[in-house]
Amino acid sequence: MASLGSNVQQKEKAATVTERQRSRFDLAGLVVAVALIVLAIIVWWDASSLNLTWGYDPGPRAAPVAVAIGLAILGVANGFLAFREGPLERESVDARAILLILAGLGGMIALISVNGGFVPAMALLFATTAAAFGRKAFFIDLAIGACLALLAYLLFAKLLTLNLPVGPFERLLNRLF
Amino acid sequence: METLAALQHGLAVAAQPVNLLFALIGVLLGTAVGVLPGIGPALTVALLLPITFKLDPAGSLIMFAGIYYGGMYGGSTTAILINTPGESASMATAIEGNKMAKAGRGGPALATSAIGSFVAGTIATIGIAFFAPWLVRIALEFGPVDYFALMCLAFVTVSATFGDSPIRGLTSLFIGLLIGLVGLDQLSAHARLTFGVPELYDGVEVTTLAVGLFAVGETLYVAARHRFAEEKIEAIRGSLWMSKSDWARSWKPWLRGTLLGFPIGALPAGGAEIPTFLSYATEKRLTAHPDEFGHGAIEGVAGPEAANNASAAGTLVPLLTLGLPTSATAAMMLAGFQQYNLNPGPLLFAEKPELVWGLIASLFIANTMLVVLNLPLVGIWVRLLAIPQPWLYAGILMFATMGTIAANPSVVELMMLTGFGLLGFGMRLLGFPIAPVIVGMILGPMAETHLRRALTISLGNPYTIFSSWISIGLLSLALIALLAPFVLHGLGRFQADED
Repeated sequence: MASLGSNVQQKEKAATVTERQRSRFDLAGLVVAVALIVLAIIVWWDASSLNLTWGYDPGPRAAPVAVAIGLAILGVANGFLAFREGPLERESVDARAILLILAGLGGMIALISVNGGFVPAMALLFATTAAAFGRKAFFIDLAIGACLALLAYLLFAKLLTLNLPVGPFERLLNRLF
Repeated sequence: METLAALQHGLAVAAQPVNLLFALIGVLLGTAVGVLPGIGPALTVALLLPITFKLDPAGSLIMFAGIYYGGMYGGSTTAILINTPGESASMATAIEGNKMAKAGRGGPALATSAIGSFVAGTIATIGIAFFAPWLVRIALEFGPVDYFALMCLAFVTVSATFGDSPIRGLTSLFIGLLIGLVGLDQLSAHARLTFGVPELYDGVEVTTLAVGLFAVGETLYVAARHRFAEEKIEAIRGSLWMSKSDWARSWKPWLRGTLLGFPIGALPAGGAEIPTFLSYATEKRLTAHPDEFGHGAIEGVAGPEAANNASAAGTLVPLLTLGLPTSATAAMMLAGFQQYNLNPGPLLFAEKPELVWGLIASLFIANTMLVVLNLPLVGIWVRLLAIPQPWLYAGILMFATMGTIAANPSVVELMMLTGFGLLGFGMRLLGFPIAPVIVGMILGPMAETHLRRALTISLGNPYTIFSSWISIGLLSLALIALLAPFVLHGLGRFQADED
């Protein structure tokens, strides 16, 4: 009974949130459903290029086909859930923070792909992530990130001989140590 | 008796000074990383995996054992002091543990969880030592068909049976299976889902997937939510030590938790959530102080913590004897084995007994080190909790990136890391469980290989999957486990009542 009561309450709350949208379904759930069906089609399409017979073994095609069928069924099931559960109250999201972190990751990848080196790339990632969490001192964080990355580089690339990306700065370090 | 001899041999391996040092480093690193909020044992192992690349297999696996147990200790410390359990298995601990910390009894809460973990870990490790050789003998009877059936069972139990929504769990599982398909087919070397990207031919690295889903996903999630949530670290006030009545109230929950945790962990039933919540419910029912439950009852910390540790040790049984990972952490341990081209299973027991038994023995050692070190060091660990959130998560992302690029120096790998991070973020936001993705990604290709091998042996006869009683039994169990949550709607409702 208790769960029934809280369920009704939840639905009421959710209804007031989305009254403006007048929708009867959970949008995010529906997006998931569509995405799963798209994935199923991609897997199926990719598998169809593997058109070959393989003796008694069902061949490399069988497993992707099975996964595609499973994904399609789950897509339908998720779509069904989205309508049955109705609009759910979703947690609000700080889009600026997400974009900042993604920008940091993108910048880091870009720096590494142009051989900018490990330390600058990590410093950038560190500072943008810290900014996403509300820090207002970007350049100080950049310096902190650079120091940490330098320590990590010396410890892991030099002491543990791991392969880390190398740029002009790291080449200088390699010559020093 | 041969078990005792093997164990003695293992202890001799683990007690070599170098290996003791590895165990110590593992324990300290594991606790230090595990204590960081939002980082559970699976992520701890994934983050620290690259560090062990260059070590020899025995030393690195022994270090893992330390990291594994250390990560769990760290996780429960976080659960008690700031009520952000790094993983669902410490959720039960957080309920009463955080209440105790708020009431100024954080010390005894940490002590009962540390000593309880030690008791449970030790008993469960003895369980592994005696249970594993027996299971190895059974595993030797397993043909490809039986392995396939076993994996089907693991798929279902990990994703559907025990989650709060079987459909969401299965969705996660199939995303994992999809990721597992990427790369060259193991038997015919045809490229699948690689879209012409050469970096994808080797398939997706499980560490990249795990670090992306857990570390990057968690960072994005916390960043998206940090303005709406507030964390408070409870200072440890008063004595660290348990009083006489604390001991009297703790020892039975420890033993009961161990009894619940080890068998459930050893069955391919996925994760430690079930035994920890069962233990919590049991202690709540049996306690002599029902009024304290919900306000910081020590039984509610002692039982679930013991259950958590015992079940974590239990998951090592199917991992070591069958090569079957049934939790995200076990999947990371498997990745640790695989980086040395070691495949856990009956063969490993026969071929490298010193390695397997050295690992089992080092579980004892790691456990002992933890209980000796961690209570006195708890002040240092708590200071780690006080790292400001912006720097903490910036550091986590940096470390995650470094591990990924050290393992696989390619920009494509970093893009995948980012992509998996977004996937993990979306899944957390929409309530899809993460662990089935990782288990599906690892077990999917294994299940496919076993099935195709079986079909080749049987000259293509599909009824071969019903040709042995073991596989019929396992497949029926899988079917029951799949249908049970849909038939008994009560299971879902039971969980809704819990919160």
